[in-house]
Amino acid sequence: MIEVVSLSKRFGATVALEDVSFQVAAGEVLGFLGPNGAGKTTAMRIITCYIPQDGGAVRVGGLDTAERSVEVRRKIGYLPESAPLYHDMGVREYLGFVGRVRRIEPPLLGQRLEEMIEICGLKRMQHRLIGTLSKGYRQRVGLAQTLIHDPEVLILDEPTSGLDPNQIAEIRDLIKRIGREKTIILSTHILPEVEATCSRVIIINEGRIVASGTPRELTSRSQGAPRVYLTVEGAAAADVEPALRESGLGQEVRLIEALDGRARFALGCEAADPEAQLFRLAVRQGWTLTELKRETVSLEQVFTRLTTRETAES
Amino acid sequence: MRNVLIIAGKEIRSYFNSTIAYIFMVVFLVLTALLFFELQKFFVIGQATLRDFFGLVPIVMLFFVPAISMRMWAEERKLGTLETLMTLPLRDGEVVLGKFLAGLAFLLITLALTFPLPVIVSALGNPDSGALFCGYLGLVLLGASYLAIGLWISSLTENQIVAFVTAAVACLILFIIGVDVFLTAVPSWLVPFLKGIALGSRFSSIERGVIDLRDIVYYLSIIGFFLFLNMRSVELRKGA
Ligand SMILES: Nc1ncnc2c1ncn2[C@@H]1O[C@H](COP(=O)(O)OP(=O)(O)OP(=O)(O)O)[C@@H](O)[C@H]1O
Ligand SMILES: [Mg+2]
Repeated sequence: MIEVVSLSKRFGATVALEDVSFQVAAGEVLGFLGPNGAGKTTAMRIITCYIPQDGGAVRVGGLDTAERSVEVRRKIGYLPESAPLYHDMGVREYLGFVGRVRRIEPPLLGQRLEEMIEICGLKRMQHRLIGTLSKGYRQRVGLAQTLIHDPEVLILDEPTSGLDPNQIAEIRDLIKRIGREKTIILSTHILPEVEATCSRVIIINEGRIVASGTPRELTSRSQGAPRVYLTVEGAAAADVEPALRESGLGQEVRLIEALDGRARFALGCEAADPEAQLFRLAVRQGWTLTELKRETVSLEQVFTRLTTRETAES
Repeated sequence: MRNVLIIAGKEIRSYFNSTIAYIFMVVFLVLTALLFFELQKFFVIGQATLRDFFGLVPIVMLFFVPAISMRMWAEERKLGTLETLMTLPLRDGEVVLGKFLAGLAFLLITLALTFPLPVIVSALGNPDSGALFCGYLGLVLLGASYLAIGLWISSLTENQIVAFVTAAVACLILFIIGVDVFLTAVPSWLVPFLKGIALGSRFSSIERGVIDLRDIVYYLSIIGFFLFLNMRSVELRKGA
């Protein structure tokens, strides 16, 4: 649905994007991750035809953004960063304006307006001037504006910024719900959000893609061999340690502590799924396992590793 | 065309939602009336003519029109709404034209409200509908030119005050170089050139009742030229 081919963009001496390529299939929810100034907003602005690129090409639904700009924009619903809106227009008035520009004709327009107000929870605010709304409600108006024409493609730049936790949960649900039929790109700094909403993630740093994949792929890839913590009762630590080594699960066995007949070990496993084997081993040896826990790498750790190493090198 | 009207509608609505529109309008009308009656005192009762009225309004419009146009782009840039606006499926030209039409509508409404003034004068003297028509035609053409210039300047900055001052000065210069007092002070070889580009000299002749097609074409091309510049500047500066 969206094809980005070796996109580059610079602002004077700053390189905002450098040879960025990726694709988003219809129905996919793609998350853009990256530290401040990584180039997320710039990429979105190019895809939505707000600014032209210096090199490369973008196609949305097969149409080139440089050549068929108006048609591309018709397909897209775009929520810019911090949802800029006209302060001296009313909520309904503004949504009506966007609807008319989007060629929604009157009987349907009123219906869509009601739907948007309902979905985005704007009922109480619908007659207020936008300038008098709080940040979270403005964000909702912005979201209503992007959804009103039921676009095939949604580009959302930090859709949950400035919202309270309840609203964030609501918006995430909404994105998940509408994401089933639509192609979405969203950027965020909140990592659990990516895990909750995105089917695929791209991590950008200093204008380049440094990683991409499903959230699971990213975490498991950088995890390498799993590390397992286990605590054994009813056996001497001195007996357990060699037994673990001989089991062939992994050579890296480390005793963390031994107290009151309990021994806690860290085991660097070579096998991908060591838990089952460990259980069987414990049964054979007559140990009581009181803890068996796999160390997990969070997306957060992946993110930190990828974006700080790169920065340090350059 | 439909999109142009939608944009114009949006501009007019957001203008009238803010009190500032009414303030500008009232200030313009009060100022015009006050200055006009001052002139009348100056000339002794009954002596002020239509000519004085049509000489005065272009000066007041020098401040009024840039005040209308100053926010039209500058505020979009300041609020960041330019991004939402320009990623809607609209052509740059449609947005520029829509904004221009909105400003023009506001100008026409305000000029229409000055109508009682010249009517009073002509009722006292000899009512001359031809002169009234020509005078207003001149005002509309002149005001629309100011507007096109002000709108373009507004697209170059995100500061409304800068947009206002720059536009007022630009219009003032373009107006003044065609005024007789000024023309007597410059080298004579410059005079035809200045008269050619000035906003003021054409206005004087239209207001005197000489409707020359060339003058009208001149104003229309000034408007077209600045609207074109406006399109270019929006295109170039969107992302900046
Ligand atoms: N209009 C502009 N003029 C000059 N530099 C710009 C402009 N827009 C972006 N940049 C620069 O391009 C780089 C990428 O910025 P961008 O806004 O795309 O980052 P981002 O990933 O969206 O960051 P954030 O997480 O803070 O929103 C930054 O170094 C920024 O300073
Ligand atoms: Mg950003």
